[in-house]
Amino acid sequence: MKMSEQKKGHFGEFGGQYVPETLMNALIELEEAYDSIKEEEEFKEELSYYLKEYLGRETPLYEAKHLSNMLGGAKIYLKREDLNHTGSHKLNNVMGQMLLARRMGKKRIIAETGAGQHGVATATVAAMFDMECEVFMGAEDVERQKLNVFRMRMLGAKVTPVYSGTQTLKDATSEAIRNWVSNVENTYYVIGSVVGPNPYPRMVRNFQRIIGDEVKKQIFKKENRLPDYIVACVGGGSNAMGIFYPFIEDKQVKLIGVEAAGEGIDTDKHAATLAKGSIGVLHGMKSYFIQDEDGQIFPPYSISAGLDYPGIGPEHAFLRDSKRAEYQDITDKEAVEAFLMLSKAEGIIPAIESAHAVAYAVKLAKNTSKEDIIVVNISGRGDKDVQSIAKYLGVEIDE
Amino acid sequence: MSDSMNMCNSKENSTCCKINLTEKANLTEKTNFTEKANLTEKTNRIDLRFMQLKKKNKMAFIPYVTAGDFGLDTTGKLILALEEAGADLIEVGIPYSDPVADGPVIQRASERALKRGTKIKDIMQMVRNVRKCTEIPLLYMLYYNCILRYGTERFLNECIEVGIDGLIVPDLPFEESAELKRLAEQKGIYLISFIAPTSSGRIKMVIEEAKGFIYCVSTTGVTGGHNKFSDKLFGLLDEIKKHSGVPRAVGFGISSNKHIQLLQGHCEAGIVGSAIIETIEKYGETEQLLEKVKELVKSIKGVEI
Repeated sequence: MKMSEQKKGHFGEFGGQYVPETLMNALIELEEAYDSIKEEEEFKEELSYYLKEYLGRETPLYEAKHLSNMLGGAKIYLKREDLNHTGSHKLNNVMGQMLLARRMGKKRIIAETGAGQHGVATATVAAMFDMECEVFMGAEDVERQKLNVFRMRMLGAKVTPVYSGTQTLKDATSEAIRNWVSNVENTYYVIGSVVGPNPYPRMVRNFQRIIGDEVKKQIFKKENRLPDYIVACVGGGSNAMGIFYPFIEDKQVKLIGVEAAGEGIDTDKHAATLAKGSIGVLHGMKSYFIQDEDGQIFPPYSISAGLDYPGIGPEHAFLRDSKRAEYQDITDKEAVEAFLMLSKAEGIIPAIESAHAVAYAVKLAKNTSKEDIIVVNISGRGDKDVQSIAKYLGVEIDE
Repeated sequence: MSDSMNMCNSKENSTCCKINLTEKANLTEKTNFTEKANLTEKTNRIDLRFMQLKKKNKMAFIPYVTAGDFGLDTTGKLILALEEAGADLIEVGIPYSDPVADGPVIQRASERALKRGTKIKDIMQMVRNVRKCTEIPLLYMLYYNCILRYGTERFLNECIEVGIDGLIVPDLPFEESAELKRLAEQKGIYLISFIAPTSSGRIKMVIEEAKGFIYCVSTTGVTGGHNKFSDKLFGLLDEIKKHSGVPRAVGFGISSNKHIQLLQGHCEAGIVGSAIIETIEKYGETEQLLEKVKELVKSIKGVEI
């Protein structure tokens, strides 16, 4: 039995549970609770009720005619996860985990956040269910994402800036793990991506797969066939895993994850984990990480706080190494161009994270024919980024 | 950055070894050299030390020091000073960029050490030098990624060659540890097993094949907490004894003689990390460093200063 449990938490050689002994029973308890609760009809109904009535699902699969015409290649569809309540795909997972936490009788919720999207999503549901919520956020991200910090506080969450290490998402994650170790008996840790120790990568992916499930239904309705390409940005990788997963067996569909190349993958300022990383263990999982020859994790860099993570979910590592998915990278500059292009062409301002996927789709579209179909996951909306884009372009905006 | 390491590899360190060896001769409570001579190569120094302490009915004192904090030559001197002050085994921390099991004090020590450019190969060299002067059991405390990335075989080979006796890897729980444990033990290095107050139902499984000592975490949390011991701690220690004869070492949050007194009779060793690092942090740049650390060790152990 032990062996099968272990296997369950692995994707090929990746995944696992690399955590202090103090957390092991908590992870076992979580996995058992999740595996039994997810099958309960009552839980499924409750989750689908909130996904519809609170998040506003399903989200549209919008045909971006203007963008497609402009590029002259494939037909591009946008999966509008930006239209979810709180403005990103993050709430799909948070809603699932919070309902689980409630059923497990946990009163206190903690979360890590990078751009603040996951923190906001967690604070939002905690507010609705009247649960105590603490969000750990790298001090540098607190500075970069002031609006989201204020939003979380307004929702009643405690936002704790993390000053250790590089003061970004990886350090916020480490601090959340430390806090969980210290309060494991009454605290539920809502991880925001397909990362961390088993069962998180599998559980988060299952809560996010609704994106791909909807796309499949929608594209059959509109086109009566599968798409040729699915493109999604990858930091930890939850929006990508969510949209990829239901298509994994459909081998003709090319799955493309887009990493943040920052100032370029040949500089030391990027977050392109699969392009430049090596196998390692961090935050409870074996996967790829950007690190030196001693295993010291490099500070990642991207204009996008949400992609600014030195690792990647273990299932992505597996999909890449088994060649089921491919991973490309997009620089800050390309992402900003795509951000502006989509805003003008379709009146849709994507999150700077999602703009990385858009940028790759733009490149891809130029090399495809009008018969091809590309689905791009617009994982979040870009209101939060407007200020930093202005700064990047050298435009001053009065606060 | 590499300057300090070169210093450690060259004369300065060997001088510090010599000084220490002379002092050592004057001390009464030191390793029994005849006993040592009778041992085959295979006997792990950790076992030997606990056997000696058992005869004397004494609890082991295990301090922790982060390698490279204020330079590796300082670390080398600290190891010898800790032994002089009465340490029975020593944990040498390999600094890591993301130490999830450590509290702020050890995090800061890691950051300081990494800022100086401390590398694993240089830490190995420091240990190699120190090993020429002492037979005290030395364990590395490090995160699994460092071993994995350095190369498990290479890492273990160097460990045995420089004289490391055990590994403490706080993010490698029982379920993930089989391979490293097997490879390490083939070379005579122990991988230390952890038990926490939240380990109920797992104790027998986790410690069944424990070697060296069992690291019992005194409280749910990270290192350096000033929390009280978990109310489950003594029950836990009793339960461990039912399943294993391997010495029990309690760590996390031990910072004073009061804590050691509380543990007396319930376990075979106490581990002190953050309290020592705090003193190193305070006096690291000063001449008083070694004296202050020795004073601290003596006061925690309850020896007249």
